[in-house]
Amino acid sequence: MGLSHQSMVNAHPEIQLTAVCDTSGYVLDVLSKYTGVKGYTDYRKLLAEEPLDCVFVATPSKYHAEIVHAALERGLHVFCEKPFGLEPETAYRLAELAERKRVVNQVGYHYRFLATFNEAKRLLDQKLIGELHHVRIEAYGPVVLRPKGATWRSQKSEGGGCLFDYACHAIDLANYIVGCPIAVSGTVLNSVFSNDVDDEIYSTFQFSGNCHGQLATNWSDESYRKMSVKLSFWGTNGRINVDRQEIQTYLRSLPPAAGELTTGWNVRYTTELTRPVWFYVRGEEYSAQIDHFVQCIKTGATSLSTFRTASDTILVAAMLREDAMQPRTAVALRGTRNPAAVATQPATRREKSFVRSLLDRL
Amino acid sequence: MDRVLFGDNQFFGVNHMSEEKARAQAMRFQDTASIVQVLEDAYAEGIKTFMCTTHERIAEVCEHFRANRQRFPDYQFYPCMPYAHKYANAAAELGVLGALRSFLPEDNKLGALFRGGVSLARKDIEGLASLLIDAEMKMFADLQTPVIFLQNVATDFLLGLGFDEAFRIFASHVRERYRAEPGFITMNAPLLQRRLEKAGIENPIICANINKIGFRMCGGMQAYEELIAQGRCRLVAMSVFASGAVPPEQALEYVCRFPHIESIVFGASSRRNIAQTKQLIDRLTPR
Repeated sequence: MGLSHQSMVNAHPEIQLTAVCDTSGYVLDVLSKYTGVKGYTDYRKLLAEEPLDCVFVATPSKYHAEIVHAALERGLHVFCEKPFGLEPETAYRLAELAERKRVVNQVGYHYRFLATFNEAKRLLDQKLIGELHHVRIEAYGPVVLRPKGATWRSQKSEGGGCLFDYACHAIDLANYIVGCPIAVSGTVLNSVFSNDVDDEIYSTFQFSGNCHGQLATNWSDESYRKMSVKLSFWGTNGRINVDRQEIQTYLRSLPPAAGELTTGWNVRYTTELTRPVWFYVRGEEYSAQIDHFVQCIKTGATSLSTFRTASDTILVAAMLREDAMQPRTAVALRGTRNPAAVATQPATRREKSFVRSLLDRL
Repeated sequence: MDRVLFGDNQFFGVNHMSEEKARAQAMRFQDTASIVQVLEDAYAEGIKTFMCTTHERIAEVCEHFRANRQRFPDYQFYPCMPYAHKYANAAAELGVLGALRSFLPEDNKLGALFRGGVSLARKDIEGLASLLIDAEMKMFADLQTPVIFLQNVATDFLLGLGFDEAFRIFASHVRERYRAEPGFITMNAPLLQRRLEKAGIENPIICANINKIGFRMCGGMQAYEELIAQGRCRLVAMSVFASGAVPPEQALEYVCRFPHIESIVFGASSRRNIAQTKQLIDRLTPR
C-alpha cells in the first residue's frame, strides 16, 4: 500500500515528497538509488529531522495510532490509511487531538471518492426514493482463499481479518451515505479459511427512524476478480442499486427534484459520472482522495473522510465484535430445550426433533 | 503494427461499465475453447494481432496457435505484462519481497542471491527485472511477439515514483532478448511520453485511452491531442468506445481523425461486432 501512495503523492504537482520511512532497508535502498528519495527506517527520526507540512501513514493498522499521534503533536496535517487504528477510544482521542490542533485529518476510505456512490448519496439526500426503509451493504472479494497466511492481515493482534478490512470499507461507506447504525444485532463473525481471524461478517443494522439494514461481507470469494462493494437502498418511492461502475435507480413516481430521471429504471455509468484526476495509477478514487487532502490543506476545508468519521466506523466494527460474542437468542425448533445445542447435534437428531415439533403442533 | 489489434478484457471479466456484464462474460469465456473461437472469428475478419495480458489462461490460447501454425501462419501476440492481480495477490499474502521471491525461478543463481537478501547493486535490479520478464514470456515460446507491453498499472506506478530507469531496463531487455519493440500502456500518456524521451527511449510505442469523452485520459484531452499531433510516439488507441459510453461510429470517427494514431485495439465477443468494428475502422481510416 505504501508504495502506491508514494507513487501518487510524488506525482502530485503541489506536493514535494521529502522523505519516506519503511522498516525494510532493502526497499529504501532501491528507492533512493533509482528515484532519489530520502529514506528513514525510524519514523521518529524522520519527523524530528525533516521540515514537513503533512504525512501519509500507510503502515499495518496496529501502528496507525502511535505514528498519527506523533505527527499530530508536531502540528502536521495527517492522511492515515484505513481502518484508522483498532480501538474506538484511541481513534476518538486522535480525532479530538487533530481537531484541537486544527490540522487537516483524513483517512483512506476511498469509496467515499467514487462518483457512483456520491451520486447515490445525492439522490438519497434529496429523498428521490422517498423514505428509506432498508439498506443492503455487501462486499465480496478474493483475499483469503486458502487455510494459510503469514502476513499481518491474518493476525488478530495486528488488526487482521475481514472485519477491519472489507467490513470497515462497507460500514464506512454506509455511514457516509445513510449515517451510523444506532444498534447492531445477530452479528456473525465467521472464519472460512483463516485460523486466527474472521473471513466473513453478517449483521443486521438498525438506523435511526424506521430504517434497517443488512451487512454481508466475505473476503474468501474467489468468483470476484477484486473487491466489489455494492449497496442497495429501498425507499417508499423506489430503490437504488449502486456499485463502483454503475448506479441503477428505480422510481415509482417523479418528485420535483428528479431532474432528468424518469419513472421506472434509470441507469448511469461511471464513465459519465467520474471527474478526471490529475494522475491515474489504479482507480480515480485513490488519486482523488489524495488531491482532496491537498486541497483541504490549501483551503482549510474539512475533509470528506475525517478521523472522526473513521472513528465512527471503528466504533461500529467494535459493536459488531461485541455483538458477535453475545449469547445467541435464536428462535429454536419447538420441543428442544436448549437452542444452542441444536446446532451441534448430528443432522439425524435434528431431523427427529423437527419431526417431533411438527407432531407437537398437530 | 497492424491498424487493428484485438484486446482481451472481455475474456477475463473486465468491464469498466458493469459488473453484471463482466460476470456474464466471465461465464461465457470460462472455457478456453470459446476464447479461441472468438480469436478465430477475428482472424477471419482480418485481425491478426492479439494484444493480451499474461493471464495464466492465455497459455492455453498460445498452445492452440502453436499447434495450428499452418492455419494461422501470420498470427502474432502482443504480450502485456505483468498480469497485475497475480502480483498484487501474492504481495498481499507474502509482502512485496516475498512476492518477488515467489516468482523467481528456484534454481537460478541470481534468484538465490536475491532470496538471500544481498543488497542491490545496479546489475541486480536489472537482472531481477529480466528474470521476471522471462517468467512472463515463457508461455509465448515459439510464437511471434514483435511488441511487448508493460501494463498500465506497472507503467503508471513507476511513472509516479519517478523510477524512469525501469523503463529503460524493460526496453533494453525486450529488444535484446526478444528482438521486440517495447510498448508502454498508460493512463497518463502526455506525462509518460515526456519522461520516456528523457530516459532516452525515442519514438516509443504508447498505448493509451483515446476517446471522444476524455475517459481516463489523465492530463486532459487537450494535452492528449497535442501529444498526438506532435507525432513523437507511436500511438495505440484503447478504450475508444469508453466502455460503451460512446456509440461506435462517433467513437471511431474521433480516433480516425488523427493520422498519427497508428493502431486501434478493441475487444468484442461476437463475430458481428468484430466485423462491424473492423469495417468501420477500415472505412474511416484515411488512405
